[in-house]
Amino acid sequence: MADFLQTLITSLSVGSLYALIALGYTMVYGILKFINFAHSDVVVLGAWISYKLASKALPMAGIDPNAAPWWAGGAVLVIAMITCGLVGFTIERLAYKPLRRAPRLNVLITAIGVSLLLQNVGQLNYVFGTQPASMPALLPNPDVVDAVISTTPDGGQERLVIGLVEVTIFLTAGAIMLGLEFLVYRTKLGTAMRAVSFNTEIAALMGINVDRVVSFTFVLGSMLAAAAGFLYAMKYPGLNQPAHYTWVLMGLKAFVAAVLGGIGNIRGAVLGGFLIAFIEQFGAFYVSAELRDVYVFALLIIVLLLRPAGLLGRATAEKV
Amino acid sequence: MSQLSGPALPPSPSVHAALLRSLWPVAVCIVLAVAAKFWIGPAVGPFNARVMMDVGIAIMLAASLNIVNGFAGQFSIGHAGFLALGGYTAGAVTYYGSLWLWGDAAIKPGWLGPGEQLFAMGCLAGGLVAAAAGYLVGLPTLRLRGDYLAIATLGFGEIIRVLLQQTNNVIYSAEALKSATAEQLFPPPLGGSLGFSGIPGYTNLFWVTLFAAITVLATHRLKHSSAGRALLSIREDEVAAQAMGVNTTRLKIRAFVYSAFFAGIAGGLFAHRIGVIISPRDAGFQRSIDLVIMVVLGGMGSVSGVVIAAAVLTILPELIRGLGNYPAVTNAMGNLGIGDPGRFIDQYRLVLYALLLVLMMILRPKGIFGVREIWDYFPRRLRTLLRAGAKP
Repeated sequence: MADFLQTLITSLSVGSLYALIALGYTMVYGILKFINFAHSDVVVLGAWISYKLASKALPMAGIDPNAAPWWAGGAVLVIAMITCGLVGFTIERLAYKPLRRAPRLNVLITAIGVSLLLQNVGQLNYVFGTQPASMPALLPNPDVVDAVISTTPDGGQERLVIGLVEVTIFLTAGAIMLGLEFLVYRTKLGTAMRAVSFNTEIAALMGINVDRVVSFTFVLGSMLAAAAGFLYAMKYPGLNQPAHYTWVLMGLKAFVAAVLGGIGNIRGAVLGGFLIAFIEQFGAFYVSAELRDVYVFALLIIVLLLRPAGLLGRATAEKV
Repeated sequence: MSQLSGPALPPSPSVHAALLRSLWPVAVCIVLAVAAKFWIGPAVGPFNARVMMDVGIAIMLAASLNIVNGFAGQFSIGHAGFLALGGYTAGAVTYYGSLWLWGDAAIKPGWLGPGEQLFAMGCLAGGLVAAAAGYLVGLPTLRLRGDYLAIATLGFGEIIRVLLQQTNNVIYSAEALKSATAEQLFPPPLGGSLGFSGIPGYTNLFWVTLFAAITVLATHRLKHSSAGRALLSIREDEVAAQAMGVNTTRLKIRAFVYSAFFAGIAGGLFAHRIGVIISPRDAGFQRSIDLVIMVVLGGMGSVSGVVIAAAVLTILPELIRGLGNYPAVTNAMGNLGIGDPGRFIDQYRLVLYALLLVLMMILRPKGIFGVREIWDYFPRRLRTLLRAGAKP
């Protein structure tokens, strides 16, 4: 029972991270109809910028990065989000905008190119280097919940432990997602985004500045990515070098989450993120930990075959 | 009796001529391979021969990926999965085959001797296994289009990588193999995540040249066959191709199977290089991307362009690394604060590739040669001359 609950808690916090990343994929796909392969690299960028800020900038300001006041963590998050937002803006303007009317395959290849560029520039010695780093704790991490679920016959106790970090991740991600929901469905800008997603040309004819909406989407997506990167670094303080396999896998899984929920669909991305996390965590705990990546990709292939548009997506017919 | 069982009519001379015309390039491949072994290999020395082998393997991989990404216009980013499958299969055939036949895995010397025969068989087995995997994967996934297909192939490569990691992390010796029970052979003892070491190093210039030349020849022939033209039509417009009566799904699967077959053979050559241990990482995303870059830079659909891109992208890093042998260069680079050329190229190679990929898509979206071949750029006079020479 305790194991089950513990796995559930882990799934929820990992799922919120996947959902945050998946939102970035899905927003760009919804508007520009291409997979922004570089998105996961912006997440990595966010994590590493957070690390640099926490381990270099905070001590310079005279703050101990392992026991910082709450606002220091918030400041790191905000600065990382702003930096990544700028990077996202630049990427869109330089790499994707010239290809707005190009075949989709070319845009996909460009996206892969941008992704490789971010990875390999990040690996350069004077950027982030090729050595893993350890993220400072920022917050003290007391256990919010430490409950005894049951006692085993030999006198041991099965406990359920929920750390502050997990609660923070869940709450921050939840707040960001609710904010996004409000933005997209309740504001003028969100209406413009949905209009561009529906039909770019007609939206332009209705007086919507498409370029501005696209740029805004990229900035927003990159900021979400930075937030995810920051939270990821909080949860898993051992940061691998930017081109490491674990990052690629994390991005792929978040992308699978977006496809699973129906790419282009914001609620679908959140649903997919949690679904992927549940399958991965429960599969790893109850079946085989080594095969955790196989479940996710097998699920992806099955979903693509049975319901190519995803769980909440709507199938579209190709017009000639 | 012999008259009765013989053909009623002598075959028309055009059949002989057609047979000759279709077979002489194969003969050229064999001559090339023999020349590579006995003349070029000894002439250039072991280091350059090694680079040439890498070039040949890269050419095979890029040319085979070109069938799917270039001709058919589908986008596969899991090609390294087939490479690893072929490599592991071929390695298992030669390693465990040698143990079974001769009791040890030492190299059996001799050109075309029993060792090399087993090795060639292993490579073909690797190709067949990869082709079968290509069929199984292609059957469901090729119904998907564009981005989705790319993701599905990526998922396939990752699944292969994880499954190879789950193989038993021991490699049996002859005695251990004899005393092993049935349960001990599952999962198969292929080295797990550390890689399959101990594969005898049979790969040499003869086999690489032979297989690479045949791969290039086959892709060239495919491009100009009716199936190839149908594939190109799918690439240009799938809906229109379908409307013209092209069975798109079936042709795409065929392209996928051909591509996987050659990649599997290349995997066999890859695994049998001396001093190289094939490991699950070789099935990963990074290697697939290296191959995609070769195809994209060379020109999706251009056989000669992709061959040139594969060769250049394999040789260039070696050349720059080789600059480290000249003290003048090393000193100059040290004074500039860049470090020695080897380190420099290791750091910046991938940055440059990525930049090239992005710039290429913006400035020259069809690759250097596009769908055309390098000889399409020769002056017209030379071209007619060549054509006249080819078809007397």
